[in-house]
Amino acid sequence: MIEKLRKLIDKEIAKYPADKKQSAVIAALAIMQHHRGWLSQEDISDVAVYLDMPEIAVLEVATFYNMFDLKPVGKYKLSICTNISCMLRDADQIVDHLKKTLKIDFNEITKDGKFCLKESECMGACEGAPLLTVNNQKIYEHLDIKKLDQLLKDLK
Amino acid sequence: MNEIVDKNLNLEITNKQLFNICLRTKHLKNSNSLETYKSIGGYEQIKKILKNKLDPQQLIDEIKISGLRGRGGAGFPTGIKWSFMPRDYDGIKYIVCNSDEGEPGTFKDRDIIRHNPHQLIEGMLIGAYIMNAQVGYNYIHGEIWEEYVSFEKAIEEARKAGLLGKNIFGSGFNFELHAFHGYGAYICGEETALIESIEGKKGQPRYKPPFPATYGIYGKPTNVNNTETYASIPWIIENGGQAFMAHGVKNSGGTKIFSVSGHVEKPGNYEIELGMPFEQLLKEAGGVWKGRKLKAVIPGGPSTPVVPADIIRNATIDYDGLAKIGSSVGAGSMIVMDETTCMVSALKRLSYFFYEESCGQCTPCREGTGWVYRIISRIYQGQATLDDLDLLTDVSKKISGRTICALGDAAATPVLSFIKHFRDEFEVFIKNGKKLVN
Repeated sequence: MIEKLRKLIDKEIAKYPADKKQSAVIAALAIMQHHRGWLSQEDISDVAVYLDMPEIAVLEVATFYNMFDLKPVGKYKLSICTNISCMLRDADQIVDHLKKTLKIDFNEITKDGKFCLKESECMGACEGAPLLTVNNQKIYEHLDIKKLDQLLKDLK
Repeated sequence: MNEIVDKNLNLEITNKQLFNICLRTKHLKNSNSLETYKSIGGYEQIKKILKNKLDPQQLIDEIKISGLRGRGGAGFPTGIKWSFMPRDYDGIKYIVCNSDEGEPGTFKDRDIIRHNPHQLIEGMLIGAYIMNAQVGYNYIHGEIWEEYVSFEKAIEEARKAGLLGKNIFGSGFNFELHAFHGYGAYICGEETALIESIEGKKGQPRYKPPFPATYGIYGKPTNVNNTETYASIPWIIENGGQAFMAHGVKNSGGTKIFSVSGHVEKPGNYEIELGMPFEQLLKEAGGVWKGRKLKAVIPGGPSTPVVPADIIRNATIDYDGLAKIGSSVGAGSMIVMDETTCMVSALKRLSYFFYEESCGQCTPCREGTGWVYRIISRIYQGQATLDDLDLLTDVSKKISGRTICALGDAAATPVLSFIKHFRDEFEVFIKNGKKLVN
C-alpha cells in the first residue's frame, strides 16, 4: 500500500476507538478504489492486513455496497440513475443516447477503455433529475442530450 | 360539491405557508459557512445551555411540547426517543445523524448538509448534551461525495472555533463529531443496519429489541435521528416548543421539508408548515409539468402508499391529513406523476429497486421481492394472466410484517397500493399486452 493512501486511511481510522479499526473498512476500500479505479484482489488483501480483518470480511463489505467495483470500469464510470424520479424526467432517453453514442450496454467498457456505463439506484439528488455521477464523486444534473454530448467531450 | 369541500377545508386550515427552519440559511450568501450561521444567531443555543447548565429533562420537555417527530420516515416523537437513552450509564455513549437518504425521491438532507451544516452540528451538540453522549457520527449517503467533503470542512471549521472537541465554551463538556461516508446501500438508512455499517460490516438490520438506546454502536447506548430532526432542534430551543408546534397542526408540530420530484415544473425542496393543503404545495412546486393533468402522487417516498389525484387533491400535508387518505408523510419525498405515466412501468421500476436493495437476510424479503419483480416484468412483457395480479398481492402480503426490518413492508406497499388504486390499468395492460398510456 502506498504512503499517500495509507495516510488517508489513517485519517479515517482515527475517527473510531483504537480497537475498532474495522469501522474504517468502507472508507479504506473507497480510497483504494478511487486510486486504481476499481478494487483488485490485492487491494482487498491489503485493506484486510492493514485493518487487521479476515480477508473474507473485507470482501463481504466490498460485495455488499453497490458503489464498489470488483472489475475494471474504464477511466470514467458513468452511473446513471434510472429510478422513479429520474425515470419520470425521461432518464430512458439519456440512457439510450449514451448507449448509442458510446456503443456499449450497461456494465460494458468502450473499446478505448475510456467509458463504462452503470445503471444506478437513487442518488438522493432528484431535484436535478435526470442525472448521473462520474467515478462516484461528481454529480451532473438536469441532463439533456446537448449537455450529455458536452460532458462526453469534456471527459478527456 | 367540490366547492363546499374546499371551503370547509379552508376554514380548518389557516394560512399555511413555506417557512424555513432547517433551510433558513439556504438563500444567504456562503450559506454553509460558520460566519453565515453565526449571523443568524448560530451556536447561541448550545452556548446558553452550557453556560447555564440547563436541565436536560427540561430541554427534553420542551422538545416534547414542540411535537417534533422523526423526519426520516418513522415519525416517532423525538423527545420520547431521547428519553430512552440511559442517563446513569457509566461509559461512552453515541449519537448518530442519519443522512443516508436513499429512498427514491428523497433529497432534503443533502440540502441541509450543503446549505446549513452548522445548524445540524449545533442540533447534534444539543442532543449530545441532553443524552450525555461523547461522540457523534453523521452517516452520509454514498452518492453525494461533494456534500460529504463539505460536511467534513464544516466539522473542521467548528472544531477550530472551539465548538467541537474538549471543554466547549469552557464548560467542561466534550463532544467529538465525525463524518461517515456510505457506499451505496439503501438498507443502511435503517438505523440498526446503519450501526452495523459504522462497525465496518454489511448493512444488515439487527433484531429489535435490544434497541440502539441500550445496544448500539459497539454495544454502547446509541441514539439515531434523521438530519432534519437534529437540524430542527436549535430553532426549537431558541423559540420554544410552543412556537414550533404553532407552525404545524395538531399531532404534526412544526415545519417539514418536502422533496418534490417527478412531473412538476419546479422540482426541489419546499419546507412547509405542516397542514398545508396539497394543492398549495403543488402550486409552490410550479404545478404539474407542461400543464398536464395530475394522475397520482406518492406523498412521502415509495414506502408510503400511492394516492390517485382526486383523493390527494383535498388532502392536507401532515401526519393525520395523509393518514386519513391512506398514506403517510414518510420522509417527505413527494413524487408527482402526470397523466402520461404508465403505472405498470412505474411499479416495475420501484419493484426492481426493492429487489436490488434487499439485504438478503430475511427469506420473505429476499425471495419475495424477486418474485414481485419477475411477475411485474411478466406483465410488462405481455406474458401475464389476470391471475398474476392476485399472485402479486398475495406475495406482497406475505412479505409484509414477516421481516426483521421495515424494508419488507416498504417493498410491499407500492405493489398493494398501485394495484388497489390502478387495478384497471394493470388489467388492461395484461389483456392487451401493452401500455394503456404512451
